[in-house]
Amino acid sequence: MIEFRLEGRSGIAPYLQLVQQVKHALRLGMLRSGDQLPTVKEVVGSIAINPNTVLKAYRELEREGLVEGRPGVGTFVLKGLDGPPPHAHAALRRSLLRWLRSAFDAGLDHESVEALFDSTFREAAEEEIA
Amino acid sequence: MTVALEATGLGKRFGKRWALQDCTFELPAGSIAGLVGPNGAGKTTLLHIAVGLLEQTSGSIRILGENPGNERVLSRVGFVAQDTPLYKYFSVDEMISFGARMNSSFDIAFVHERMSRLEIPLDQRAGSLSGGQRAQVGLALALAKRPQILLLDEPLASLDPLARREFLQTLMEGVTDTEVTVLLSSHLLTDLERVCDHMMVLARGRFRLIADTNDILKNHKLLIGPRERAGAISGVEQVLHQSATDRQATLLVRTNGPIIDPSWMVNQVSLEDVVLAYLDSRSTADATNGELHAVEEVAR
Repeated sequence: MIEFRLEGRSGIAPYLQLVQQVKHALRLGMLRSGDQLPTVKEVVGSIAINPNTVLKAYRELEREGLVEGRPGVGTFVLKGLDGPPPHAHAALRRSLLRWLRSAFDAGLDHESVEALFDSTFREAAEEEIA
Repeated sequence: MTVALEATGLGKRFGKRWALQDCTFELPAGSIAGLVGPNGAGKTTLLHIAVGLLEQTSGSIRILGENPGNERVLSRVGFVAQDTPLYKYFSVDEMISFGARMNSSFDIAFVHERMSRLEIPLDQRAGSLSGGQRAQVGLALALAKRPQILLLDEPLASLDPLARREFLQTLMEGVTDTEVTVLLSSHLLTDLERVCDHMMVLARGRFRLIADTNDILKNHKLLIGPRERAGAISGVEQVLHQSATDRQATLLVRTNGPIIDPSWMVNQVSLEDVVLAYLDSRSTADATNGELHAVEEVAR
């Protein structure tokens, strides 16, 4: 079982904060397949949050295939978030290094590289959500 | 979508002054909405019209599909006025009996359970309750009526931070149990951010913004970048607030797409910052009913 918390002034929608916290717990193995998420009422009672927000977060996790709602029982974790195997990480890292070198060769400084990465990442992420 | 509360062109005039003007909105059933605005914005006026304590000067309003004050609807409406007025010499127990006699669907067991959880003795007189306890008793009595819509006028204003949190916990648990629609007015934005799925921002008698809280957070960003490029930025629908030095501009914007231009640093904004921008009299923002209008500010 995990406990949720809510960051008041982050500008991130409360339901997204819950989704991110579940994914974080899945990635770190604090939540495993078969574990039950806190019931809506438990979350509402512990952090004084809108029940619709909790439902929306759980629906989103369900849509992504990470959890499963069993009517009358609760919401359960279907699978962990292991991410790709280590060798895939290494290959991605090598191609990123190649890209970084070409960016520096083109005359970009550290901040410009970060800005370019950020804006491209944002664009890609927004497209994926849409 | 079932609508719990709807208004069309609603207005209220006191003498020569319009306390509320041109209010048009629909509040979906099951939502928890925050009615936000500075003192004197018209929040209490709107709530009083909605429960039938005041009559509007123009326009129309329907609560649970009926005219406010209609007997058919009053039994399904819960209302707690500002500062939770209770009968000073009544004990908690007497107020519960009173509530049970006045309301056919009154859930006595629910109030008893709430009172024991909050450790409020039933024989205590209302006059000797603390501010936080009084708010909790008022809320428990209103919820026990099992209303379909609950209107709360500034329920958090006189409470300390701990009492506010406890109050919101009781309210949210009550909502989970009964799926009641809630409209609560407040000027404490950080508290509303966690509980409200809809925000209704009222200033000087008019609505400046009515929207889903998630959409507000998603569609508003703070951009920082070079001033000379602040003209038309792809992805920006409207600039709500801007400040600039000779070279740099800081813009609070409503977006209609991703901001891709790398010369702009894009930051998330808190709900509080967005609401404040809409409340700001210098701001050009005005959105009612999803449409945009230029704000007609009459210089007085």
